[in-house]
Amino acid sequence: MQQLLDRILASLGWTGEGPTQIVYFLGMLFFAVALLRVCFTPFAGVVSWAERRIAARMQSRVGPNRVGPQGILQWLADGLKCVLKEDLIPEDADRLLFRVAPYLVFCGLFGAFAVLPFSRHLVIADLDVGAFYVMAITSLVPLGIIMSGWASNNKWSLLGGMRSAAQIISYEIPAALSLLAVILAAGTLSLQGIIRAQGWSPADWFVFRNPFLFTGFFYFFIANLAEGNRTPFDLPEAESELVAGYTTEYSGMRFAFFMLAEWANLYVIAAVVTVAFLGGWNVPAIADGALLTLLEMVVFALKSFAVVFVIIWIRWTLPRLRVDQMMLVCWKYLVPLSFLNVLGTAVWMMIVPEESLFGRAFAWALVLIAALIAALFGWRVRKNLVDAGVGRFAAKPIS
Amino acid sequence: MPLRTEEMTLNMGPHHPSTHGVLRFILASDGEVVHSCKPDVGYLHRSIEKIGEKMTYLGFMPYTDRVDYVCAMNANWGYALAVEKLAGIAVPRRAEFIRVIVGELNRISSHLVALGTMAMDLGAITPFPWALRERERVNDLLEEICGARLTYNYVWIGGVAFDVPAGWLEKARSFVDSFERMIPEFDRLITGNKIFHERLVGVGVIDRETALGYGISGPNLRASGVAWDIRRDIPYGIYPELEFDVPVGACEAGALGDCYCRFRVRVREMEESVKIVRQCIDRFPHEELEFRTKLRRVKPPIGSVYVASEAPRGELGFLILSNGTEYAERMRIRTGSFTAMSVLEKIAPGLMVADLVAVIASLDVVAPEIDR
Repeated sequence: MQQLLDRILASLGWTGEGPTQIVYFLGMLFFAVALLRVCFTPFAGVVSWAERRIAARMQSRVGPNRVGPQGILQWLADGLKCVLKEDLIPEDADRLLFRVAPYLVFCGLFGAFAVLPFSRHLVIADLDVGAFYVMAITSLVPLGIIMSGWASNNKWSLLGGMRSAAQIISYEIPAALSLLAVILAAGTLSLQGIIRAQGWSPADWFVFRNPFLFTGFFYFFIANLAEGNRTPFDLPEAESELVAGYTTEYSGMRFAFFMLAEWANLYVIAAVVTVAFLGGWNVPAIADGALLTLLEMVVFALKSFAVVFVIIWIRWTLPRLRVDQMMLVCWKYLVPLSFLNVLGTAVWMMIVPEESLFGRAFAWALVLIAALIAALFGWRVRKNLVDAGVGRFAAKPIS
Repeated sequence: MPLRTEEMTLNMGPHHPSTHGVLRFILASDGEVVHSCKPDVGYLHRSIEKIGEKMTYLGFMPYTDRVDYVCAMNANWGYALAVEKLAGIAVPRRAEFIRVIVGELNRISSHLVALGTMAMDLGAITPFPWALRERERVNDLLEEICGARLTYNYVWIGGVAFDVPAGWLEKARSFVDSFERMIPEFDRLITGNKIFHERLVGVGVIDRETALGYGISGPNLRASGVAWDIRRDIPYGIYPELEFDVPVGACEAGALGDCYCRFRVRVREMEESVKIVRQCIDRFPHEELEFRTKLRRVKPPIGSVYVASEAPRGELGFLILSNGTEYAERMRIRTGSFTAMSVLEKIAPGLMVADLVAVIASLDVVAPEIDR
């Protein structure tokens, strides 16, 4: 890296003895930002496309299908459109905060990508405190949101910002506590370590490992929905109440940054859930080398996009909670229950050793029950469709 | 140091996503809790009443479409009823059947818009396209009968503009058959949802006395427990021959007259409309071919008339003062949304902003109908 920079600077006519540490540091920073931007923006883009297509499908619409095959490049076109738009800052806005806010939100979420392990080897930084780092860096998001709400000098934005701050800070607690139970079970804070503590079969995943982790999975999922401002907790940008919440006054590229961050957030949530509860990239050892890495990546992508799908599905189905109800769910139910979870997990680990017969049998029983419920659900959905006569079960129209 | 707090004045509208059309509310709020709410109407005023005095009786009909474009058939019909009574014009029996069919189909489509937008205002987006998908089928039917999808100008004084096309009645029957199966599907999507319940039950209660005192009508009045339906109680057309129930707020959860009651009453009214349409198709007088009394001009005698009809948004009444010419001396339109809007000032204090949005949606106010 340093040699490369030296050569570039020499070709530009740099006469010094070589780049100073500052120049080197700036170059690395630029490289890191470019890497994040180029490598991880497509995640947000693909998720946005998926969300729009799935939502359209649920609503008997078509959705974006013009740019690229099946419209998969729509996000590029939209991004380009946003770049070309006029950059508006309201007259009475706090100009500095107004400009800074989108970048804080953006950095908070894209920073989280740095520790996401896509396979055994494919991870930017396998930090020892990976789980802690994810919780910490995503905390930049409420800062940016409340900043944008305040700086816009708009009452709807302010309401949105305040709601968001209250919501994200509250739900951080159950999310962190549920993750703590996983960390207890794995014995490490490193995301790679958490994945290694699980196995490829569902019974080895933390979600089915013991009853407390099983319920913890749902607490973590719900708390993360709230942290990501997703329906039913999309109060900060509740369109029908607050116009567009904290993004009301934003337009052009700054707005695009908010939207990009929102979809990146969606993927980060799904990835963290996959890592912590769904076994991450674990695959059975049927290959090695590059093929193994590829397999691991595919497995990770499948799992995380399945979670993304569930989140999108929830978003387009449920109504929105009211502010007081949202707080009630957090402080009255999620916080005490996730406290209980941490205790319960610890006690369970003491009583039932991981490899004991009872532990294994219990895990497989949970897997079986979950599969049965999923099958029942599928059967029920099909029955409803037949009863209502919609979709491919529709009667032929009289023409 | 004591914190200095003050009320925040929020200006909700005239272009706010949950104010259907162009409504404006001036809210005094303490952050999330609304202290007072003052509706400010008049942004969609188009002088329709004055136009009614400057147009001939026959020529005013297309303007009644615009009184309430979500249910233009019922607005056409209400005006035709008033003029027919004033001028003593008879309506052929075939036209009466057609009027009930198109009127009830339009009621279904209007309630679909109301329910869909209500769910959307609560944050659930999918019920809205689902409702609009069914409404499209009503629009298709009405387009086939009169050529227009929104402002129909179909119910004319002395009958209807066109006869039903061949095979149309069977299409209408196939629609109500499949629509009847869609109502439980819609219920499964949203009505039984826990969050939906939490947001609606016990919110924005309008008790019986308030409802009567403010002159609320239609589904909103029935949700407050008053069994009053003009189709049944001051019958017009062929409604006395038809069998249908008047759904009244059943208080399935929470308090009588809350948002959930208003939601349920509308769902059940759609079921009743399905029944009415089916009866009309069954008993349709195929042998009587006349569908319109031919009129060159309408010149009612001096006098006045007020005729109320049951539109989806409540009592739609036309008061016409005639001076014996082809032009009305005074045209006055009474609409359901106007009174529904006025009650907000009483029930809004103490609600949260999110609740207020739910209440506005549950009252099903439509801006053009308020302002006319």
